[in-house]
Amino acid sequence: MQGSTSTLGAVQRSPSPLDRLRRIPIIYIVLLIVLILIGLRNPNFYQPLALLAFLKRNAAIVLVTMGQMAVITAGELDLSVGALISVCAAVSAKVINNGEGTVLEAFAWVFGTGAVVGLANGILTTRFKVPSFVTTLGMWLIAQGTISIITRGAEIGGVTDDFRVFGRMNVAGTSIPIALVILIGVAAAGGILLYATTFGRRLYAVGSNPVAAALAGINVSRIKTIAFLMSSLSGALAAILLVGYAGVSSLTVGQGYEFQSISAVVLGGVALAGGRGSLWGAIAGALTLQALFALMNFLSLPLPIRLTVQGVIIIGAVAFASSRMKLGIRRT
Amino acid sequence: MIDYTDNLQNTPILAIKGVTKTFPGVTALADVSFDCMAGEVHALVGENGAGKSTLLKILSGAYRPDQGTLALHGRDVIFRHPSEAQAAGISIIYQEFNLLPDRTVAQNIFLGREPMRGPFVDQAAMRHQTAALLDSLNVAIDPAAMVGSLRIAQQQVVEIAKALSLKANIVLMDEPTAALSLHEVDHLMTLVRRLKARGITILYISHRLDEVFAIADRVTILKDGHWVTTRPLAEVTRHDLVRLMVGRELDTYFPSKAVTIGEPVLSVDHLFVSDFLKDISFTVRRGEIVGIAGLEGSGRTFLARALFGAERIGSGTLTLNGKTIHPHSPREAIDAGVGFISEDRKHEGLALGLSIRANMALPSLDRRQRLGWIAQSMERQTVTELSRSLEVRAANEQVEAQYLSGGNQQKVVLAKWLATEAKLLIFDEPTRGIDVGAKASIHQLMRDLAARGVGVLMISSDLPEIIGMSDRILVMRNGSLVSEFMGADSSEQQIMQAATGTLSDERLAVAS
Amino acid sequence: MGRPVNAAALATRLRDQGIFGILLLMVIVCVLFVPNFANHDNFVNILKRAVPLGLIAIGQTFVIVGGSLDLSVDVAISAIAVLTSLILNGRVENIVPAIAVALAVGLLIGLVNGLIVTKLKVNAFIVTLGTKLILQGILFSNFNNFAGKAPIEFDRLAYGDIAGIPFGVILMFALAATAFVVLRLTKFGHHLYAVGGSQEVARLSGVRTDRVLIGAHMLTGLGAGIAAIFIVSLLRSGGPHVGDGYDLDSITAVVVGGVPLAGGRGGVWGTIAGVLILAILSNLFNIFNIGAFAQQVLSGAVLILVVAVYSFRVRK
Repeated sequence: MQGSTSTLGAVQRSPSPLDRLRRIPIIYIVLLIVLILIGLRNPNFYQPLALLAFLKRNAAIVLVTMGQMAVITAGELDLSVGALISVCAAVSAKVINNGEGTVLEAFAWVFGTGAVVGLANGILTTRFKVPSFVTTLGMWLIAQGTISIITRGAEIGGVTDDFRVFGRMNVAGTSIPIALVILIGVAAAGGILLYATTFGRRLYAVGSNPVAAALAGINVSRIKTIAFLMSSLSGALAAILLVGYAGVSSLTVGQGYEFQSISAVVLGGVALAGGRGSLWGAIAGALTLQALFALMNFLSLPLPIRLTVQGVIIIGAVAFASSRMKLGIRRT
Repeated sequence: MIDYTDNLQNTPILAIKGVTKTFPGVTALADVSFDCMAGEVHALVGENGAGKSTLLKILSGAYRPDQGTLALHGRDVIFRHPSEAQAAGISIIYQEFNLLPDRTVAQNIFLGREPMRGPFVDQAAMRHQTAALLDSLNVAIDPAAMVGSLRIAQQQVVEIAKALSLKANIVLMDEPTAALSLHEVDHLMTLVRRLKARGITILYISHRLDEVFAIADRVTILKDGHWVTTRPLAEVTRHDLVRLMVGRELDTYFPSKAVTIGEPVLSVDHLFVSDFLKDISFTVRRGEIVGIAGLEGSGRTFLARALFGAERIGSGTLTLNGKTIHPHSPREAIDAGVGFISEDRKHEGLALGLSIRANMALPSLDRRQRLGWIAQSMERQTVTELSRSLEVRAANEQVEAQYLSGGNQQKVVLAKWLATEAKLLIFDEPTRGIDVGAKASIHQLMRDLAARGVGVLMISSDLPEIIGMSDRILVMRNGSLVSEFMGADSSEQQIMQAATGTLSDERLAVAS
Repeated sequence: MGRPVNAAALATRLRDQGIFGILLLMVIVCVLFVPNFANHDNFVNILKRAVPLGLIAIGQTFVIVGGSLDLSVDVAISAIAVLTSLILNGRVENIVPAIAVALAVGLLIGLVNGLIVTKLKVNAFIVTLGTKLILQGILFSNFNNFAGKAPIEFDRLAYGDIAGIPFGVILMFALAATAFVVLRLTKFGHHLYAVGGSQEVARLSGVRTDRVLIGAHMLTGLGAGIAAIFIVSLLRSGGPHVGDGYDLDSITAVVVGGVPLAGGRGGVWGTIAGVLILAILSNLFNIFNIGAFAQQVLSGAVLILVVAVYSFRVRK
């Protein structure tokens, strides 16, 4: 498709309303449809308190999805985040130990763990040229094993209410969950990082064409490692929220988060190959996925069917994207 | 040598009739017609871009001609797939071999046609037949050796053996001696003679005129996609070949040459890179455009990449505007003021999925940011100005680079380097695959840059362009600078002679 | 050109055969230095425990040689195990149909994976991840505990022996030998190696790459079926989590055994060596009373390390 014969910047004609409609990424439409379907089945969902509860419950997965989006945009994959969340939960419980440790200490340990894992993922993938799915899969195993080493099978102390504030409580005097505020804050920060800073430009370039990016002077290894860090740190934060919300009763808090986040990212129109897609699309993808799960709940479908839905989405979205690329269809 | 004049019943084994092939923006072959006779060694000669590889690809079934036909043994044929050409008895040996390094010689040769004994592959038969094939070529290669462990020359022999096992009666070779040592070239020549003795026709592309004269019966010259002539080797000299390969009416107009030439912008002193580039020294002065000519594989791009920090420099000094620079990475090169317009704009020059704006801003992001925050309006302004001055034609700055024409894409690449305010710009094949209009504006831009004091180094295989644009021309061969010409005094012939090593007073090529 | 070629040949030989040396070294070191290791019962124990992984790793070898892979084997094993156990229903006369169904379902899962990979052109990692999730959803929705029962006669498979050698071990080596024959001696095997080496080169030589890959996936599915049958015999029933962990462990065994992730070289005996090495490590963990979860840490580390080492050598 050639450009116009006028030079850059000259506008031919204003896009018609139909054109504008066609350009909206499909995920928002899907999200709308799912929300409508939920509303039909269970109108109580739209009570403000119910909606806020939904958002509070799913703040963690949206956070993880944002981190995964960064890694995938860079052209890699992070399969370790689910196990990392569980490790962070165990770490927080062990540090706090019913009040022995402070919240601040727990934060330091949790984010420290996230940083270590993120760095390890980054270095192994970029320096040692291990494919990221192998690196993060191996890291997942290591993290899973580490959980039991931390707990040594025995009961570890629980976390204090102070620690659980972030995941569980609302902003003082309002019914707005702190978790939601944190989510919005991180999303805003993420948006700024991706769309207003040099880092964001470089991230997209690295995912789009690492060879050209390197020849343009970009340190591809550094960018990818930072992306892995972003994913791990968002996992660590998600763990804090989850522990707040659900407590440390189960040490499998993070289970399945890696697949959910990848499904969400792909659903949101982010290309698995990297270099293309928006943060907002990924967030919408996460919300759509969770809304779908809620819908399945209201339809009394068994819980594990969510996994099937994710599997279909992952395969479908990738097959769809690759078929569109082959036909050379343009995607806004 | 075969005498054709007497034998009236001699139907050519292969006839190429009126073959035309175009790609977007460029005509690779235009109405090419000539014959190959059975059992002859037929050389195909011409500059880079003359159409030789394209022709070979059509003969092997990898491409279909837009117009024209091929005829085998007098009968017209159409190949829809390489396997059909193979079945018809045509085998091609590419420069990048089609071999599996982790399989043995025998397994490679018989891939897809394994001899069977019952339900199992007959490994013994495979080995025997392979050994017999290799024997007939008089080479000692173990059929059970892993192809990946063989030297390039030996791998080539495996490819030839494969062609034989496919019962090829026409073997196409694309620059077969490009990666061989002198010794190995001799062996190959012997092999080719052996093939010929078996009645096999060989059509091969080569730049090395020595070889052409040593081995070929007839030669066909292509120029700019057109057939020039087909002659028996006995009737031509080296000089004739070079003269016929190049030499055109200068119908394209280039911007006027430099008026004032000033201080050196770039000085390269005794540069050695890997085992390949040897003792390279030259300067680029303010106001002048220096062109680098040479055959493919002579090291021009390698030199450019070394100057840009993309290849590790062994020894030597680089001085840019009086300051010594040591670029260990493209980032350092860019910061030092060097820009590199790669010859592969789709894979190295642009991120096709990103917008025009994103591409243009990429190497110079740090110039328009504070604490990482991009100065959006400054960037927009830069992009708009560059697009206007380069006349980039697109609906808006958000259009993805993949949707632009070749010429516009190249302009975006240029723009991105201009935005870095580079002091030295290295252009590698800057106008390849670009329409005439865009070519002219890029040429004018290069001249303006030089006049402004930016060092301009231009690698090009387009001889008229090199001669028309350069104030001075450096010629590379086998990793060394072999000649230097003043732009005004040079001719295509002289340059090509220097590039191929057929200058009458040439120094003998140093053993590489 | 003399020296570099020799180094490359040496590195290649190390990669292809080094694993056997490592296995031997491990055995020797353990026999000499580890208490309670060098006795008949322990050896038999190690071999017995290696069987399920061995069976599935043999299947995984095929897809990885072809340049693909299968992450869905864990849930395939679980699902087939449950199905087999249900069909058996404690009755001898159901043994043959149960086995037939198990193998058929395995082939079917492999077929579906292979078709999606080749026809929809989605990469194997995503496809088998997707089918894993799809199967998990269906399986876990319907079963959260063991279901069905194997008849006593079915015990023979996992608990019987011939001349002192456990039947399962014989099965594993017999399967490995069969796989060896298929990979080295059949046209399919030759073509599979070619496809793993370079799909393009294979295609240009007339190899039907799609068919070869689908065949490889089906063989992996078959391996899952065989492993599931064995596990049902071992546990006397089938449950939704009996296959857990076999996805990564089988890939690790294959890669440790010398088949590069990209495929194109290596063989099934290397995989068996890899399986045995992992089994010995697991045994050591038991002897030294290190928790089962620590083994996960080890698996992960080994996987990364091995791939890193092999990637490193290729880069050189």
